[in-house]
Amino acid sequence: MIDDWRPTATIATLRERARLLGEVRAFFAERDVLEVETPVLGHGGSTDLHLASLSVEATTPAGRERLWLQTSPEFAMKRLLAAGSGPIFQLARCFRDGEVGRRHNLEFTMLEWYRPGMRLEALIEETAALVHRVLDRKPGEAPGALRRRRYRDLFREALAIDPFGVPLDTLRRLAAKQGGLAMDDAPRDDCLDLLMSLVIEPQLGREGIDVVVDYPASQAALARRHRDPEDGEWVASRFELYLAGLELANGYDELTDAAEQAARFDEDNAARRAAELVEVEVDARLLAALEHGMPAGSGVALGIDRLIQLALGHESVAEVMAFATPRC
Amino acid sequence: MASYSTNEFKGGLKVMLDGDPCAIVENEFVKPGKGQAFNRVKLRNLMTGRVWERTFKSGESLEGADVLDLDMEYLYNDGEMWYFMKTDGSFEQYPVEKKALGDTEKWLKEQVVYTVTLWNDNAISVTPPNFIELEVTETDPGLKGDTAQGGSKPATLSSGAVVRVPLFINEGEVLKVDTRSGEYVSRA
Repeated sequence: MIDDWRPTATIATLRERARLLGEVRAFFAERDVLEVETPVLGHGGSTDLHLASLSVEATTPAGRERLWLQTSPEFAMKRLLAAGSGPIFQLARCFRDGEVGRRHNLEFTMLEWYRPGMRLEALIEETAALVHRVLDRKPGEAPGALRRRRYRDLFREALAIDPFGVPLDTLRRLAAKQGGLAMDDAPRDDCLDLLMSLVIEPQLGREGIDVVVDYPASQAALARRHRDPEDGEWVASRFELYLAGLELANGYDELTDAAEQAARFDEDNAARRAAELVEVEVDARLLAALEHGMPAGSGVALGIDRLIQLALGHESVAEVMAFATPRC
Repeated sequence: MASYSTNEFKGGLKVMLDGDPCAIVENEFVKPGKGQAFNRVKLRNLMTGRVWERTFKSGESLEGADVLDLDMEYLYNDGEMWYFMKTDGSFEQYPVEKKALGDTEKWLKEQVVYTVTLWNDNAISVTPPNFIELEVTETDPGLKGDTAQGGSKPATLSSGAVVRVPLFINEGEVLKVDTRSGEYVSRA
């Protein structure tokens, strides 16, 4: 195509994008949250089974090394928290191999912020306030009330199953039927992820902001776990925020226990080996920082490209990026 | 045949699914916040023309289908099969069954070049050119003086297709027709 040198966003959209990023910075300045910049490259990377990290070879004072491109700025920001930074935010360029589509781009901008001493509930409110600010709605035009939806209840309502109690073979059959694919050997979480993506997500955030809470403990990632008051099942202390069927943000009551964190990294890498995926070096400096002591608190990562897409009424993230991956 | 991973699924790619060759129509990457990624894929079954919607785990792959689109000239029909010939100078001929020919049967004209889709060297479908010129073999007499807009009538063309034409068209005239919509375009 002769025209493929052109931006995927119009210049007018890029102006609007810059203005909205200005709103984000103003939002945090008003709340005394410090803007920081941390490296895109790291000696350790994300061990998450479902994130594929990119890496580069670089010559450093230590010689020729493999460095990982971050999938989120989480580790470096937590090291700042341990060093006593107080509340911080960052607009960080992140990279996730293979993720290209209407809602994804290989590299994208993550708005991530951390609130030492803040409870998850308060961070949910703050995240919703940020979303309102960027959506630029006048009072009265707000995208409806904030609803908290428990993960379990969503599955009960949409699919008439308890995602925690349903037998695995029933879950596999249901996932196979909804997706039109074989799920005979699929692990429990893959079945739940499929049903979440295909059946539940598209309905979320249609009348306002939906915040999903109390995820399965197996999907805790870097969040703490707590007991579900209903029946004492372990659940993850994290939330995801949805608007217009789009997942915008993912927040945690942050894990601060170094030993627990090290154990989860090892579990992740064991799962990566089992799946024949490349093992990712664990971020030893994050573990050392947690060992030193990171203040308890919550943090959230928000896909700012998606939020800008919604604010400006576009259909894909490519339309709010200067050059989306296919044209990079 | 090579196999293709979900991230290589682009519109038009030909792959095998459930034993049939298919063309990818649309491929959407979906991923929950922190979980397994999937691809929601629309594929057109090239044997039946039907569109399927399937979900794949990202990174899964499908075998490529040995499908080729070739330009071929229509030659003749022997009562059972329709015969087409390659235009590359090889004079190689391919028989096509009625089932594979489908709706294209009503747009056939000798010496016109069609796109013949081959799977494992067998013809599975035939696509006519977007525009084709055909003679009117049957229609009501033209109305004298009515050369302006307004009104249409059916006309049967030499290939057997029936299209709506303006009232001033007469038998024996050659018309340009859009095969995708089946609509009259102009006098040829």
